[in-house]
Amino acid sequence: MNSGPYLNRRALMGRTAAAGLFTVPAVSALTSCASGGGDDDSVEREESTDANPFGVSADAELEVVIFDGGFGDQYALDAEKIYQGSYGTVEHVKTTEIQTRLQPRMVQGDPPDVIDNSGADAMDIAALIRNEQVLDLTELLDAPSLDDPGVTVRETLMPGTIEMGQFGSDAVYRLSYAFIVYGQWYSRTALNRLEVEYPRTWDEMLAVCEKAKQQGMAGWTYAGQYPYYFNFTLYPFIGKIGGADVLRAIDNLEPNAWRHDAVKAAFEAYYELTARGYVLQGSPGLTHEESQDEWNKYNALFIPNGSWVENEARKNTPADFDMAVGPPTSLDSSDAMPFETLWASASEPFIIPADAPNVPGGLEFLRIMLGRESARNFTELVSSLSCVRGAADGLELPPGLSSAQETLAAAGDNIVIPRLPDWYRQLNNEEIGGAVAAMMAGEIEPDEAINRCQQAADATAQDDSIQKFQHV
Amino acid sequence: MEVRKDGGGESLPPSTRLHLAAAFFLPPRFTPARVRYDRRYRKLDQYRFIVWFLFLPLLVYLLFVVSPFLQAFFYSMTDWTGYSANYNFTGFENYERLWNDDKFWDAMVNSLVLVVLAPVITLALGLFIAFMLNAGGRRGRSQAVSGVFGTGFYKIVYFFPQVLSIAVVAVIWSRIYSPRSGILNEGLGSVGLDSWRQEDWLGGDLARWCVLAVLCWSFVGFYVVLFSAAMGSIPREIYEASLLDGAGRSVTFFRITFPLTWDTIRTGWIYMGIQALDSFALVNVMIPEHGMDVVPSYLFEKAFRDGQAGYATAIGVALFLVTLAFAVLMMLVGRRERIEF
Repeated sequence: MNSGPYLNRRALMGRTAAAGLFTVPAVSALTSCASGGGDDDSVEREESTDANPFGVSADAELEVVIFDGGFGDQYALDAEKIYQGSYGTVEHVKTTEIQTRLQPRMVQGDPPDVIDNSGADAMDIAALIRNEQVLDLTELLDAPSLDDPGVTVRETLMPGTIEMGQFGSDAVYRLSYAFIVYGQWYSRTALNRLEVEYPRTWDEMLAVCEKAKQQGMAGWTYAGQYPYYFNFTLYPFIGKIGGADVLRAIDNLEPNAWRHDAVKAAFEAYYELTARGYVLQGSPGLTHEESQDEWNKYNALFIPNGSWVENEARKNTPADFDMAVGPPTSLDSSDAMPFETLWASASEPFIIPADAPNVPGGLEFLRIMLGRESARNFTELVSSLSCVRGAADGLELPPGLSSAQETLAAAGDNIVIPRLPDWYRQLNNEEIGGAVAAMMAGEIEPDEAINRCQQAADATAQDDSIQKFQHV
Repeated sequence: MEVRKDGGGESLPPSTRLHLAAAFFLPPRFTPARVRYDRRYRKLDQYRFIVWFLFLPLLVYLLFVVSPFLQAFFYSMTDWTGYSANYNFTGFENYERLWNDDKFWDAMVNSLVLVVLAPVITLALGLFIAFMLNAGGRRGRSQAVSGVFGTGFYKIVYFFPQVLSIAVVAVIWSRIYSPRSGILNEGLGSVGLDSWRQEDWLGGDLARWCVLAVLCWSFVGFYVVLFSAAMGSIPREIYEASLLDGAGRSVTFFRITFPLTWDTIRTGWIYMGIQALDSFALVNVMIPEHGMDVVPSYLFEKAFRDGQAGYATAIGVALFLVTLAFAVLMMLVGRRERIEF
């Protein structure tokens, strides 16, 4: 049927397919593998001096990648200017797509020198550490600080900064630059209108919410679409009731960690808010921005949040709002930790890839950022505290941030740093978040929520594909 | 084709064979006449044409489509994190884990629900609307069939969602589903259905149906236009003849329109099924992290959030097999005699 010199379309297609099948092995041998190797072209270290402790080569180029999110990148540009004053040029890259842009380069072994690994598209730090692709920053921490050679960098940092870089050992893999205070955020104006004080015990909390309810205002709202916002106050609340060890047990995925009485008491206290109708209707379906809008509209008193909220909600915050943050309300006087206890820790993590061509330059750049000048500049530019101790002293701060600073100062050493969110993100966001979301929506009772949390924690503990960490 | 004894190739003298091989690469004018008039040359000419003509596109296709597919099968048997060049070969461990992974099966059930229901609903709506636009109107004096009043206008309006990027559709609909300011709850409230209002449409068990509704909404317009075109090509005489035989609208639809557009419907069914199997953008944008997953969104989480690229690739292979099975099934089930007109 097909003996002529001309082909019909069907025969052509059939033979093309056949030809394709035969060529497959040949061509796939030609194509390079998705995971290729990289070459080593790192910069030699020069002799270290007091001014140049890492021995940065003056003519080596430095590549810095900044996450261009809520903090922008001006603070980094300013720090780069200082760096360029003494050393080589800096190639500055800003992006919101950290992972999309950098993952291929990590695989190829050709990473930049400094990465601000932040945002929704950040690279999984646990996976990077497991592959030994991140530099241990201990050298930086033990180096003299920029402003006072008598003091090490380590000693200039806020408590809760170094811990955030530790993943189950003493090695510090990332330097988190911004300092976040988590707690119950509120409007002083709203409390004054109700003629109430900030509630210090849970009975007072219920009384304040009842009063608000009578005025047609909800006690709480929250980002139901991101229920792990609740953890910002729930975890320190648990820590307060039962002591920091309860939280450490939870972080370590110990058996029955969630069945501790403190957890039960905390869950039941929160469930009370839902059961009594103190939670703004519709909260379970709100995004973080929607919930913040409702809060700004005086539809709810309290919102569990972190100190970025002031900047994030700035556009919709009324001028008379007088934003403030308080530590999570205590349960009662029998709590293990004082009322001032709260969750505060550093975020906005900077890493130096182990394969970075200019490691000394990267370390020096971070040392410059941790200098007083850069840290103050950061706070002024983005209205967030930085991880440098006392760097914001004497600065004119907006109300929310100065409240955060005061609350933090009042807490002193009573700071808890739950690691579940960054050690086991899926467990924290999906499982715990989902259980808390269901409980706060009134779908399940506290006991069942705790069961779900414990089962999820057990499942994570048994899952070999998840890297495990322990508090040191 | 004349019948000839095969295996003649083996008895060829080496010189002829060499000539034939060279002819594969040579332009005809450089091929010796003796070879050119060999009867085997004709066959060679055909294949040479195919190979050289399609060499470049085929290479690109192999490089960028086939080879990643094959590599995926390999990577699905490793513990690759996706961040470095190092990985270990783990055999079928990922597949074993997949088999016992409840979350994967939840995602698969959601995907299958979408794959079954989304095409049924979308195509049924599309067919109905297209029929109304083409043959559902009042009969004019000179025409056997005509669309309802304002057909042209409707066609454009129905096509609107198709113009929007699926990400935009997802953002718009997550606003609609928003419990406090969204028009869904407001709308239910304003018509007195307060008990139907939800505190959370997208985070709980209703999410599946919410996604299904958006999926159907965003694609129905495309099928209205597609089916309209298919129906437009049905000769009017057939309608006139059935009209003379006294056929009403529903008989006209089931006996004439439906069978004559069957080919288009089947193609549309496969296309819509694959859209539903994907539905990644909708789920990723609309559904919170603790909410439902479909297979592609679960794959995405494993690959890019949890740093388990090897396992994610195994999920991808599973998805590939499901898609393949779906397409084959549809091709087999829907096979009918083509009606020429």
